[in-house]
Amino acid sequence: MAASESYPDELLYHPEHDWARIDGDEAVLGVTWHAQDALGELVHYEAPDVGATIGKDTSYGEVESVKAVSDLISPLSGEVLEVNEKVVDAPETVNDDPYGEGWLIRIRLSDPSELGQLLSAADYKRVVEEA
Amino acid sequence: MQTLRRTALYDRHVALGARMVPFAGWEMPVQYEGVIPEHKVVRSDAGVFDVSHMGELEVEGPTARDLLQGALSNDIDRLQPGDAQYTLLTTESGGIVDDLIVYRLDAHRYLLVVNASNTDAAYRALKEQELRGSDVRDVSDDYALLAVQGPRALERLGLERGTAFTFAEGEVDGVEVMVNRTGYTGEEGVELACMADDGGRLWDAIVARGIRPCGLGARDTLRLEVCYPLHGNDIGPQWDAISSGLGWACALETDFTGVERLRAVKERGPEQKLVPFRMTEKAIPRQGMAIEGGGEVTSGSLSPMLEIGIGLAYVPAARATSGSELVVDVRGKPRRAEVAKKPLYKKENAD
Repeated sequence: MAASESYPDELLYHPEHDWARIDGDEAVLGVTWHAQDALGELVHYEAPDVGATIGKDTSYGEVESVKAVSDLISPLSGEVLEVNEKVVDAPETVNDDPYGEGWLIRIRLSDPSELGQLLSAADYKRVVEEA
Repeated sequence: MQTLRRTALYDRHVALGARMVPFAGWEMPVQYEGVIPEHKVVRSDAGVFDVSHMGELEVEGPTARDLLQGALSNDIDRLQPGDAQYTLLTTESGGIVDDLIVYRLDAHRYLLVVNASNTDAAYRALKEQELRGSDVRDVSDDYALLAVQGPRALERLGLERGTAFTFAEGEVDGVEVMVNRTGYTGEEGVELACMADDGGRLWDAIVARGIRPCGLGARDTLRLEVCYPLHGNDIGPQWDAISSGLGWACALETDFTGVERLRAVKERGPEQKLVPFRMTEKAIPRQGMAIEGGGEVTSGSLSPMLEIGIGLAYVPAARATSGSELVVDVRGKPRRAEVAKKPLYKKENAD
């Protein structure tokens, strides 16, 4: 059921174990394989409201496993356009497919210059290895 | 920095891919494959837990009975050799130093299985009360202790059914064990004590019989579903045993440490009570969360069987009845819950 370890090259990463898939002035956000593996099977996703404003490096929601709660740290600033209701209903989707079906929110970027501060897959892998 | 202790099974846990965490001064497996599958296998089949970190104290001598009757809340005279009993080591104010199971080994010898984090405190409390003709010894290092729990546990072990809270000498695949009809999961099963050096052989034999290794994570969610309190979370020296809902383990007609206080609390009724609750909104309660209007969550988790948030909390007595609505402060967000009856999970009301 659980996905195997991977960090796709086409994504940008935040050292707090979040990823962003950029599409024009929008981005889809989620947590990395490493994050879901550290937490274990997810059982709750506390999502932000659509329309909420979120800030880079700040918490926009929470995911919980049986034993632990983890803040979701936004890699980018923007406005929430969509919440993945599939993950609200079935949080384990994140464990099964962290970069696909298990995405968490879609946002409109408010400051595209922040993109330059994110990590490449190769740089993020070094963060994971040092953790 | 404190050095963590390891049980005789440490290498086996690591080889099985367990996630090892510090727990009560020990390095213990919190999970192997995952808390949820391990929880469910204990509800549907059988699982084995290494609980060798728990402490064992032996109390021996012609006055051992007198020492224990004065130190422990339950009535030790109800025990014949071969019987076991859940009981409390209490403080002068009726608080709980430890909750434990006492096994009467023979006329003048008792074995107490205590919580890992309280082994020293329990030993000291008993040692202070030692009488002429009683001897208290910490024999924790002599034993390995494996809990085998689940509806198929006995069948897989090749053991007959037995009466709860009894024990006998036995053998599992050539390893001599003390077969204790006790547990902490709400399922049928046994706790097997053996000499520490035999722990590895016993573990291997149990696993070879198709019983799944389970970590302390599942042990915690299993006990919470059936509302067994955890010392350090739900019970402790700061709450008296009556308020903690353990009056049934207090023989108030006997004389033991703190009994006057407990009689008084029982007489006037406790101001707050430890109660089980279930969330009626989507949220997972956690230890330390406040309850609106007074009270605090002492244990909380998602119930793997019920798939809702559940917990134990102290609430004002007026709101302790089953069905009372509670509002839990979940990191700043109010989330509704209701007081429930024990146990939160029962086989017949599953599905």
